[in-house]
Amino acid sequence: MRRLVLGSVRSAGRGHVGPALSLIEMVRVLYDDVLRIDPKNPGDPDRDRAILSKGHGCLALYALLADRGFFPLSELDGFCGPDSILGGHPEYGMVPGVEASTGALGHGLSIGVGLALAARMRERSYRTFVLLGDGEINEGSVWEAAMGAAKHGLDNLVALIDYNKLQSYGPTDYVLPLEPLADKWRSFGFAVQEVNGHDVGALRTVLKQLPAVAGKPAAIICHTVKGKGLPAAESNADWHHKNKLTDSELDAIRVAVGDF
Amino acid sequence: MRNTAMNMVHKLAARDERVLYIGSDPGAGTLRAMSKEFPKRHLIEGISEAHIIGMSAGLAMEGFVPYVNTIATFLTRRCYEQVAVDLCLHNLPVRLIANGGGLVYAPLGPTHQAIEDIAIMRALPNMTVICPCDADEAARMMEQTLDWKGPIYIRLGKGGDAIVSKAEHGFEIGKAILMRPPGDVLMVTTGIMLQRALAAADLLAAQGIRAGILHMHTVKPLDTAALLQAIRGTRLVATLEEHVPSGGLGSAVAEALIDKLGSGFPAMLRLSLPDRFMHNYGSQDSLLKKHGLSAGAIATSIEHALAASHTPSPQLHST
Repeated sequence: MRRLVLGSVRSAGRGHVGPALSLIEMVRVLYDDVLRIDPKNPGDPDRDRAILSKGHGCLALYALLADRGFFPLSELDGFCGPDSILGGHPEYGMVPGVEASTGALGHGLSIGVGLALAARMRERSYRTFVLLGDGEINEGSVWEAAMGAAKHGLDNLVALIDYNKLQSYGPTDYVLPLEPLADKWRSFGFAVQEVNGHDVGALRTVLKQLPAVAGKPAAIICHTVKGKGLPAAESNADWHHKNKLTDSELDAIRVAVGDF
Repeated sequence: MRNTAMNMVHKLAARDERVLYIGSDPGAGTLRAMSKEFPKRHLIEGISEAHIIGMSAGLAMEGFVPYVNTIATFLTRRCYEQVAVDLCLHNLPVRLIANGGGLVYAPLGPTHQAIEDIAIMRALPNMTVICPCDADEAARMMEQTLDWKGPIYIRLGKGGDAIVSKAEHGFEIGKAILMRPPGDVLMVTTGIMLQRALAAADLLAAQGIRAGILHMHTVKPLDTAALLQAIRGTRLVATLEEHVPSGGLGSAVAEALIDKLGSGFPAMLRLSLPDRFMHNYGSQDSLLKKHGLSAGAIATSIEHALAASHTPSPQLHST
C-alpha cells in the first residue's frame, strides 16, 4: 500500500504524503475486513458507506481501491494528471468507490449523518463510516454533526479519527489543542474507543465489534504517526504536502520502499 | 407566501414519501400538522446550518428530497461552502426555502437582510434560483420542485404580499411570465418587485408611456428566449430587484443581452438597492421607498431614462 502511495507521489511529483501514510492500516482494515462492499457492484444499495472526510488523504484510498479492483492499478500513475480520474482530492462520480467529493474539511460527518439517518428511515442495514483528520476537527461543523448524530442515536454511524497529532502548520496541540479529545467525543454522546491506528489486529477487533454501544454513534480515535513508513516524513510537518520533490526526497522514498 | 410554501411541503409530503422538512430552529409550531402526520419526516436539527446542508446532501444521496428551511441569510452566507460542495458539486435535489428574502426583516437589521443572496446562489453551477411574487405563485412553484433534478434556492417574501399572479399563467421553472405586453419600456422583475412594477406601469400609462412587464420568477436558469422576444421594439429595458446591484437580476439580464446580442439592444436601466448594508430599520416598504424602489420612484426613473434615451449619445472626438 505504501509503495503504491509513494509510486503515485513519485509519478505526479506531488501529493499529500504524510496524511495518506498515517491512514494506511485504517483503510486497509476498514475496506478489507469490515465494509460490506463489492468492487464489481460499487452502487449496490445495501453496501456499507465510507466517506474519506479528510479528502487530502486520498492517496491511501486510491491505493486501496485500486488494489481491491475498483479501478486498474495503472490509474495510480496518472495521479493529478490532466486526464486522470484521480485528483488531489477524491471526487464522487469520477472515482469508483468514492461516495462523496471531499477536500473541503468538515463536511463528511454531516453527509454521513444524512446517510445513516436515511438507513434508519428506510430500515436498511448498511452502516456508514466517516474518516476524519485530527486537524479537520478544528472545524465547527464537525461538532454540529456530532450533536446531530447523537440526537438521532445513530449507532449505524462510525467516526474514525486519524489522530496523527500533526496538521499542516505543525502540532495539533500548538495549532488548536484538541485534548481531552476522547472526553470531547464522549461528552457529545459518542461511544468512544482508542486504538493504535497502525495495529491491524487491534483495529480489526474494534471495528468488528460495532455498534460499540447500542443507540450511540461510535468514535474510534486511531493514534497514528503522520508519514508512517517513510522515515523522513514521519512526524514531520514538511511532508504534509509536497508539490515538488527534490532529489534527496526522491532518494528518501527509494530507500524507504525500495526501487519500484 | 411563507405559510403557503410551508403548507405545500406538507402537501407534497403526503403525496410523496421522499419529501422531508428540515428546519434549523424555526418559529414555534412551524408545520405542526406535518409533524403530527409525518413525525419521522419533520426534522428540526438546530442552529447548525452547515451541518444541516451536509446532512441533507446525505439524505438526498439516498433518494430523499429534503426541503431545508431557515432565514435566508443563514441559508446562504452561513453555509455557503456546504451549499457549493455538498449540494451543487454533487448536484443533489435539496430545496432551500429561504424565509425573508430581501428586506423582509428590515426591523432586524443587516444581519437578517438577504440583499446579495441571489448573486451568491446564482454564481454556483447546478443551482436554480427562484423568487416567487406572491403566495399563489409560491404554491404553483412548489408543485414543480418535486422532481427538479438539482438543488433549488427559493427566495420567499414576507407573506401578505398582494396576489397579482394568475392561475392561467401557470408556472414552469425557468419560464418567464409576460405580465404586460412590451411597449416603450420593458420592466423585468423578480419576486415581490412585480407588484411595484404593475403599479409603476399604471402610473406610466397615465403619462402615455406603454410599459411591459416580464416577470422573471426564475433568475437561474434565466429565460433568455422570453427576454429577447420581449425587448423587441422597446426603447428601454428596466430591471427591478430587491438586491444589491452586483450579480442579481440586473446583472443576469445584462449578461444575457451582451452574450446573445453583443450590441444593438435597447438602453438599460438597473434599479436595485445600493451597494451597501442597510443601516435603517422600519419596514420592507419603507426601505424600498428610501432606495427608489417604490412604484412612484420606479415610474419617475423610467421616465427620466426614456427621456435621456432620446438624447443623442455624446460623440467622441479625437484630439
